[in-house]
Amino acid sequence: MTVDVPVNGTSRREEIEPRMLLVHFLREQIGLTGTHIGCQTGQCGACTVLIDGEAVKSCMVLAAQAEGHEVTTIEGLAPAGTLHPVQQAFWEEHGAQCGYCTPAMVLSTVALLADDPDPDEHAIRHALDGNICRCTGYHNIVLSVRAAAQKVAAGAVPEPFLQR
Amino acid sequence: MTMRTFAYAQPESLADVIAALGAAPSRDAVRPLAGGTDLLTLMKGDIVAPDRLLDLKRLTGLDDTVEIRDNELVLGALTTLTAIETGSLVGEHCPALAKAASLAATPQLRNRATLGGNLLQRPRCWYFREHLIPCWLKGGDACPAREGENGLHALFADSPCVAVHPSDLATVLLAMDATVTVRGDAGERAIAAGDFFVQPDEGRRRENTLGGDEVVLSVAIPLIPGRTSAYHKAMDRKAWAFALVSAACSFRLDGGVMRDVRVVLGGVAPIPWRSTAAEAALDGERPGADVFARAAAAALAGAEPLRHNGYKVHLARNLVIEALEEVTRA
Repeated sequence: MTVDVPVNGTSRREEIEPRMLLVHFLREQIGLTGTHIGCQTGQCGACTVLIDGEAVKSCMVLAAQAEGHEVTTIEGLAPAGTLHPVQQAFWEEHGAQCGYCTPAMVLSTVALLADDPDPDEHAIRHALDGNICRCTGYHNIVLSVRAAAQKVAAGAVPEPFLQR
Repeated sequence: MTMRTFAYAQPESLADVIAALGAAPSRDAVRPLAGGTDLLTLMKGDIVAPDRLLDLKRLTGLDDTVEIRDNELVLGALTTLTAIETGSLVGEHCPALAKAASLAATPQLRNRATLGGNLLQRPRCWYFREHLIPCWLKGGDACPAREGENGLHALFADSPCVAVHPSDLATVLLAMDATVTVRGDAGERAIAAGDFFVQPDEGRRRENTLGGDEVVLSVAIPLIPGRTSAYHKAMDRKAWAFALVSAACSFRLDGGVMRDVRVVLGGVAPIPWRSTAAEAALDGERPGADVFARAAAAALAGAEPLRHNGYKVHLARNLVIEALEEVTRA
């Protein structure tokens, strides 16, 4: 079947099998490998992307179901060479250890801050219930989300990524 | 993990869906797809292998509207768990349902999962979910959980199956006297929650009475002045777990005594488990620790623990007491 899925603002018209999951569509069909695959059973949250601004597990969605809905992946958050304020906050607060869960954590945070610009620790942990960090780096992830909230509230825009 | 092949259809109307379901050679051959959070899991596990999926999210005639109509809170079948968790009407009129939604699954799944699908989700029993293991519910001869690893299984099972119903919402809806409206080839019918969830038997190896050609349209909760409710859920971790045991209780106070009492347990039977014995112990009494303890004991009086789930008796008793205390405070 042919589907037309808008990904990061670009229409992606592709010939796929109906059983193709959105995560495989993103990674294998159009080459956006920033969305990771963990469990493929809706448990780990590593494949989180935004559909119409809401966080979803892309291993639990058929690519066909996403047709006509705006999909945002980690690649779409900020122009190449720059970091979205949430990515910048994770960088500054050491919110990543191995990094496998990080794109998903960042996207869940973007969705959270759109609904609740000033979340307390309880709200942050509730919003990240579906994102597992197997390094167990949750402490710094929560700090990163708090820092991200402050950056977004202050009107931060994507910054050039500087390797230190 | 990779699903078998299937066709994906986008019917234009509910009538098309009902016709397609009615014409299907078997119940599993054609399945409606809404959020997909349970159906895709079952398909990945090769527990069901439909030939065709009918996407319900692109047609007219099914919706995600939440509204007050004729003194009832009516929720469309496509209402997401996120909308139930955060919506103002549910929060105002049925906070126990909002809490149940907030304790189900994870944010990403709640954004997709729908009310209708939540009520129709299949049990999480590990024998049922493993396609290589025959089990009665999947069409086999016997239930391996009865003598197997049954720590998460039922205390009350008037069925060959001892899996427990996984829905948090269903437990609350039964305690609210909700009705489920469905539509099929023969038209529309409203089913009391207590008649919608029925233990599986030889003629119907499912946990509900939805017909093969029927689709859930909406759920209605009667608004009873003064009635309050509470939902308590015990999990083996603080988030992202199905209930070990849960309790939904509701009543209203009339001249200081409890009326219209409902006591429903989750995680203890193949369906949400209403205890009329506990309700009778509470009806007409003033709220208090002694009567709550008697009611909790009555709720568990007929429990038949399996080898590994005796802990649920104690847990359920305490959850009933906690939920009744919360209703009293509300």
